[in-house]
Amino acid sequence: MTNPAHAPALVELKAVNKHYGPLHVLQEINLQVAKGEVLVVIGPSGSGKSTLCRTINRLETIDNGSITIDGKELPKEGKQLANLRADVGMVFQSFNLFAHKTILENVTLGPIKVKGMSKSDADKLAMGLLERVGVGHQAAKLPAQLSGGQQQRVAIARALAMKPKVMLFDEPTSALDPEMINEVLDVMVELAKEGMTMVVVTHEMGFARKAADRVIFMADGQIVEEATPQEFFTNPQTPRAKDFLSKILTN
Amino acid sequence: MNVLIDNSDLFLTGFKNTGILFVISAFFALILGTIVAGMRVSPAPAMRAAGTFYVNFVRNTPLTLILAFFALGYPKLGLPNISFMTAAIIGLSLYTATYVSEAIRSGINTVSVGQSEAARAIGLPFMQTLSLIVLPQAFRSVVPPLFSVFIALLKNTTVAAGFSVFEAGSIRAYLSERGEPLLPGLLWVALIFVVLVLGILTPLQRYLEKKWRVAR
Repeated sequence: MTNPAHAPALVELKAVNKHYGPLHVLQEINLQVAKGEVLVVIGPSGSGKSTLCRTINRLETIDNGSITIDGKELPKEGKQLANLRADVGMVFQSFNLFAHKTILENVTLGPIKVKGMSKSDADKLAMGLLERVGVGHQAAKLPAQLSGGQQQRVAIARALAMKPKVMLFDEPTSALDPEMINEVLDVMVELAKEGMTMVVVTHEMGFARKAADRVIFMADGQIVEEATPQEFFTNPQTPRAKDFLSKILTN
Repeated sequence: MNVLIDNSDLFLTGFKNTGILFVISAFFALILGTIVAGMRVSPAPAMRAAGTFYVNFVRNTPLTLILAFFALGYPKLGLPNISFMTAAIIGLSLYTATYVSEAIRSGINTVSVGQSEAARAIGLPFMQTLSLIVLPQAFRSVVPPLFSVFIALLKNTTVAAGFSVFEAGSIRAYLSERGEPLLPGLLWVALIFVVLVLGILTPLQRYLEKKWRVAR
C-alpha cells in the first residue's frame, strides 16, 4: 500500500526535526501516508512516536521541515490552523472527553461550533455515531460516569463527527484495563475497513496484524524500520526492532 | 440599639452605597479579571505581557493610592468629569480585577492540558477553547478563592469613604458630628458587615460550590 508517485500523499512529512531542549526527539523524519492507508507506529517509550503523531495536527510544533495534509502545508497558528485541525481527528491516550459536558454534547460541540451545524442536525449525527460505537444509551451521562473503554469510544465518535480526512490515534488503548481494550480496537478495525486514513501509535500487535497496511518502527527519534505487519512481526531486520519485539512478545 | 435606630438614615444610605459600590465593582472586576486571566494564558506573547504587566502594576499599588488617583488626579487630566462614586467604582474594579485574574488563572491551571488539546484538536480556536472548555471548568475550582476576593472587596469599599463617597465607612464620621457615642456606632457597622458576609456571600458561595460540583 505505498503511495503511487503521481498522487500526492494525504499526510506527508519532509525532513522534520524537533528538539526538547538537548533531546533530538524527531530526527529528519520523512513519512507519507496515502489516502485510505492505515499506518501503525510502534516503538519503545521515548522513541518519539507520540510526538510524531502529535505534530501532524500541530499539537506539537516542529523546529524545521514540512508537514502537509492533503497537499496543504500545516498553518502556523490562528484560524487556518483551527480549520485544518477540524479535518484531522485525534484520539488521545487519556480520552480527554470534556468533563463538564454530557456524552452527547462532547460529540456535538465540534459540528455546532466549528462547522456551524444546527443543534438538531448535530444531535442526529452524534446519536448515529454514538450508536455505531455502541454507547448510544449513555448519551445523557457525564464522561466520568462511563468506563474507560466507553469513554474512548465516545472520543472516537467525537473525532468522527468532524468528518475528518485522517484520524490520529495516540496510544488509544494504553490507559485501558485489559478487558476494555478489544471494544476499542474493534471500533478501530471497523473504521479501517471502511477506508478511513489512520495513523495509530500502539503496541497492540493484534490490531496491527488485522488492520494495518504498514508498520513503522521508531527508536531514538528515527524511523528505523518500515514494513508490512507480516514482515515486521515475523522477520524484523534491525537489532533494535528484534530486541523490542522480543520484549513485548513475551508479555 | 439607640444609635442604630436614631441614625437609621445614616446607616441605610451608607450601606446602600456600600452595596452599590460592591455589586458594580464585583461585576466589572469579574469580567475584567476573566479577560486578563485569558490574556495571561494566551498564545500571543504581547497579550501575555500586557496581562502580566497590568496584574503586577495594579496589584502592587495600594488601593488608597489607586482611589486617590481617580478621585484627585483624574479630574486634572481634562477628561470628562466623573462623580466620586464612579471614580471609586473604577478604582475598586481595576484593583479587584487583578486578584480575580490570579484566582481564575490558578483555576485554569487545574484544568488538565488534555482538555484544551482535545478542544483544539476538533478545530476550536483559542477563544472558544478558553470560553467553552477551560473557563467553565476553571470557575468550579476557584469558587472559594474568588469569594475570598469578593469578601475582601466588600470590606475594601470602606476605603472609598476617604475619597468623598458616603458609604458604610463614612458612618462613623457623621455619627461623631451628631455627637453620638462612637464605639456602639462602629460595632453596629462591623456587625452589619459580618451579617452581609455570613448572610449573603457565604451561602452564595456554598450554593455555587454545590451546584458546580463535578465528577472528575
